[in-house]
Amino acid sequence: MNLALRLIGIGPVLILALLVVILTLATPFFLTGENLKNVLVQVAPLACLAIGQLFVILVGGIDLSVGSLLALCTVTGSLAYGWGSLGPVLTVPAILLTGIAVGALNGIMLVKGRMPHAFIPTLATLNAARGLALLLAHGAPQPGMPKIVTTAGAGELGPIPVPVLIVAAFAGLAWLLTTRLQWGRWIYLVGGDREAARRLGIPVDRIVISVFVFSGFAAGLAGLITAGRTNAGYPSAGELDELAAISAVIIGGASFFGGRGTVGGAIVGVLIFGVIKNGLNLLNVSVYLQLIVIGIIVVVAVELDVMRRRLEERFRTRQGAEA
Amino acid sequence: MAPVLEVKNLRKRYGAQTALDDVSLQLGEKEVLALLGDNGAGKSTLIKILSGVVPHDAGQILIDGSEVHIESPKHARELGIETVYQDLALFDNTQAVGNFYAGREQTRPRWLGHFGLVDDKGMRKETEELLDRLQVNIPPDSDVGLMSGGQRQAVAVARAIAFGKRIVILDEPTSALGARESGNVLRLIKEAPEQGVSVIVISHNLEHVIEVADRAVVLRQGSYIGETEPTAENQEKLVGMIVGSEQAKAA
Repeated sequence: MNLALRLIGIGPVLILALLVVILTLATPFFLTGENLKNVLVQVAPLACLAIGQLFVILVGGIDLSVGSLLALCTVTGSLAYGWGSLGPVLTVPAILLTGIAVGALNGIMLVKGRMPHAFIPTLATLNAARGLALLLAHGAPQPGMPKIVTTAGAGELGPIPVPVLIVAAFAGLAWLLTTRLQWGRWIYLVGGDREAARRLGIPVDRIVISVFVFSGFAAGLAGLITAGRTNAGYPSAGELDELAAISAVIIGGASFFGGRGTVGGAIVGVLIFGVIKNGLNLLNVSVYLQLIVIGIIVVVAVELDVMRRRLEERFRTRQGAEA
Repeated sequence: MAPVLEVKNLRKRYGAQTALDDVSLQLGEKEVLALLGDNGAGKSTLIKILSGVVPHDAGQILIDGSEVHIESPKHARELGIETVYQDLALFDNTQAVGNFYAGREQTRPRWLGHFGLVDDKGMRKETEELLDRLQVNIPPDSDVGLMSGGQRQAVAVARAIAFGKRIVILDEPTSALGARESGNVLRLIKEAPEQGVSVIVISHNLEHVIEVADRAVVLRQGSYIGETEPTAENQEKLVGMIVGSEQAKAA
């Protein structure tokens, strides 16, 4: 029984490994340094969004706003860049602070507004942030970003692309937060049982708001990379990326019920996403089919979580019968 | 010496309903006190007040002789009162050790407080020692989500005994357990005073009360009815007090 649970635990890694093996056999272009580098660069913004999304999903929430927020961040960055001689210095802070501010707004609306589910406030900001981005950018990409932003999005440090380094650093930070800090512990406890957490004196409301702030910051980081890669404030960037991020987190083994999931899992989920896209492109499979494949994997991932819960349940009753 | 806990003339109303009417009782040092009564007798209200979940309307609560105003569950815990409710407040997604320290994880270096790194090794070691001392045979890193009802109850009770500085309140700790599992939990309760805490236990099971409690207080319809030593000989008298068939008002 425990073996089955453990298998489900490493399920996402097995899926990724299987995909890599299949694609390596199917096409000689897949397992090359250049192609793998491409995959990593392409998924960098999604990886940021997914890590932020993971924190929200861990407390049993969802953040639908991050795709739109990514776009809004690139646009506020572009506006800040145009702000005279201080522009280049202000661009990065403007991008990141926009993310943090909208994230905080999401969390505060949810908690203080006593909204029934995180779906509601983030659905509101999904619309509002996109609208604001298009409004501020007059509906079109605003070209031009300072050197620091283009470096973040498209630079290379030796053989390694800078966006990949940013993601690696961010993932490392997120790993540290979730596994080694009390804040991280409390996120898991709030996701595990909100009422119990409250009773044990954990500041549940503040934890919930904080994960949305974190997700907003992650969207800002994704916006920074996107702005750098496109060298523009891009009001239509990131469309449907919130759903890709949620899919990646779920594929990576996080539980939609909250309380379960890891940074490593989310990264694996993102890589599965990227490898499928890349591989099917190399094989000239239509984009339409790619969407279907991703849909199937999401269903499989959630079913694995449901199965894990049922196995645990059965394990528990058996323990009770033996005791 | 003042009793560990003293409740004087406690009153609580919910709208027109009187949940507690002028209830007074004492809990002695290292005593196991059973709180008995039928549904609606006021037991739950009393423990909710003592654990800071609801405020009382009138009366006094004294801990070690000085009056306290319990403002929240967190405050109750700071005053040394730990409560185990029937739902146990355990986290299925967390190991036993994480459940033990939930909300009060130890961090290092200490001066960083909440921002330090969680000291997993230290917490694991202390949990292991504590479970050893309480003779609870559960590995600290086992998942609570995979435990049986009795193991879960043992973790919750052990957590309360370990962190309760003065008073541990247990709400129906054996109601969901089979005979063998109940035995383990009852042993924990009986030995709790050796760990330096006094216990208030609510139970419908008179045999369990007789086994663990030094004294039993009976409530009925929000009022204090009386108290007695719970022994096999007194069992019928206790039942009478609980259901109110005999007018056994003698204290």
